[in-house]
Amino acid sequence: MPYAELQDIRVTYDGKTQVLEGLNLGIERGELVSLLGSSGCGKTTTLRVVAGFVEPAGGRFLLDGKDLTRTPAHRRNFGLVFQSYALFPHLTVFDNVAFGLKLRRLGPGEIKRRVDDMLGITDLAALARRYPKQMSGGQRQRVALARALVIEPELLLLDEPLSNLDAKLRLGMRVEIKRLQKRLGITTIFVTHDQEECFSISDRVAIMKGGAIEQFDAPEAIYSAPADEFVARFVGFTNFFELTRVGAGRFRDSRGDEFEVDADREVGRCVGAIRPDDIRLSGSSPSDSGAVPGTVEVRTFLGKSYQYELSTDIGRLVANAPKDQAFEPGSRVFARFPSSKIVLC
Amino acid sequence: MAARRHLALTAFAAFVFLFLAAPLLIIAVTAFGEASTIRFPIRGFTFEWFGAVFASRSFMSSLRLSLVLAVYATLLALAIGVPAAYALGRTTFRRNKLLRSFFLSSTFVPGIVIGYALFKFLVIGLRMPVFAGLLLGHFLVVIPYVIRVVGASLEQFDFSIEEVARSLGCNRAQAFAKAVLPNIGSGIVAAFMLAFINSFNNIPVSMFLTGPGISTLPRTLMSYIEYSYDPSVSAISVLLMAITVLLMYGVERTMGIGTLAG
Repeated sequence: MPYAELQDIRVTYDGKTQVLEGLNLGIERGELVSLLGSSGCGKTTTLRVVAGFVEPAGGRFLLDGKDLTRTPAHRRNFGLVFQSYALFPHLTVFDNVAFGLKLRRLGPGEIKRRVDDMLGITDLAALARRYPKQMSGGQRQRVALARALVIEPELLLLDEPLSNLDAKLRLGMRVEIKRLQKRLGITTIFVTHDQEECFSISDRVAIMKGGAIEQFDAPEAIYSAPADEFVARFVGFTNFFELTRVGAGRFRDSRGDEFEVDADREVGRCVGAIRPDDIRLSGSSPSDSGAVPGTVEVRTFLGKSYQYELSTDIGRLVANAPKDQAFEPGSRVFARFPSSKIVLC
Repeated sequence: MAARRHLALTAFAAFVFLFLAAPLLIIAVTAFGEASTIRFPIRGFTFEWFGAVFASRSFMSSLRLSLVLAVYATLLALAIGVPAAYALGRTTFRRNKLLRSFFLSSTFVPGIVIGYALFKFLVIGLRMPVFAGLLLGHFLVVIPYVIRVVGASLEQFDFSIEEVARSLGCNRAQAFAKAVLPNIGSGIVAAFMLAFINSFNNIPVSMFLTGPGISTLPRTLMSYIEYSYDPSVSAISVLLMAITVLLMYGVERTMGIGTLAG
């Protein structure tokens, strides 16, 4: 049985709009799970249900076997970090971090020890007397994290915690979050719309769309076997084409040519997908039959490579090819799809 | 050329400023004249008229009433206005706009109309005691200021701060007291002072709701001017201005006058 479990959660706003429609999610102890999706997909609402700020119209939320669906937020003992940091502006760093411990009626010595420990772990000891206004975004984010972690929460909830930081800091912070999360062994839910961020940090990712989970799996699994076209687009597949299965691992495209596909699936018709990086382009017709002829429409320079937009008989394709192999717009090229790079959805 | 235009602008600004300030300055000066009617420029110099104000029982009792009334009306307005402003700022219902306008509506209605309506309803209809009627009337006059000013400081407030407080173990009331209140404190102080000034200086509503022997200071001053024209009127005006200026200074120090507009 999972440690934290959402069962058939339904949320509506104004009694009309369905935000979550029967959402199910199980998270193992110590795991870092991301909710990934574009805005309006229900990921933040899901987090707010877990936090206790949104009461679901139906379904249950279980933690360690206990039903917390109706437990108010302040009795859940969950750590919370927001995109806006949400530090208490009127309190110093020390008092911000001590806030939750004071509410737990711990002795002053115990509070001081635990806050100092946490400030040490998060590299904030020198800033204990500062006010939030006097600190940079990255420092504030660490205070928010320290404040959430010091209460030793049963769950850590992160709502787009890195979105307000600049690119360089974001990279450092995400390693930092992962390090703390593993060191303290805290089960964590991480909400984000940034696919790269989320794949780099998560044990498992739940990709959400329209108030439901489309796919819930390890990043590597989602990357190599997206469940459907939506997920495939989300993780960087841009080329899609119709396929019909003709035998074990053999598929036929709309022109009638046959492809070999390693990821076999026993279906009649399906959609094949491939990333721009995985298409091999050549100027002359290769000997094997699988190559798709096309014409270069647009060429864009990407730095390491060129990106080509091709028009072919099976539809438009986007392909990347190294710099030393440049094709002029209007020229005829052949696109080959390595059998191991085609995914079926 | 540019310098000359600059000069003209400065002169014009000075003129406007003089036009605004001169009457007040003249009144203030006349409070110190020795003659028994108000005249300017003054002859001699005396504090006698201030003495007369403090010796007058009707002035002193109405000053006391005005102060007590302003304090109670303001506290009542804070007790109702702060939660109202919080609710309006916290939620995003469509009917919010309507509610907000409703709470601010008494600033759009002429004071004299409010006064008359309350007179008809509270004094004639319900036979309410004079002080209770005055209190309700002044509460009505000042509550928009509370909602406006506290609302303005809540607009700057990030409500996720309150949610974090709840996640750390605060119930609703504790979260409001420990996370919200400390960060809108200056707004509440400013609201208090503004509401106080507006109650303390109010005439139209008080006109209808005061009764025999019970009168607020501005009301007493008005009826006094109808029959007498001695510098004690100026003296009391100076006192009223001094209290108002002091409070406005307080508002400026806590929040900035700018928050009252817009």
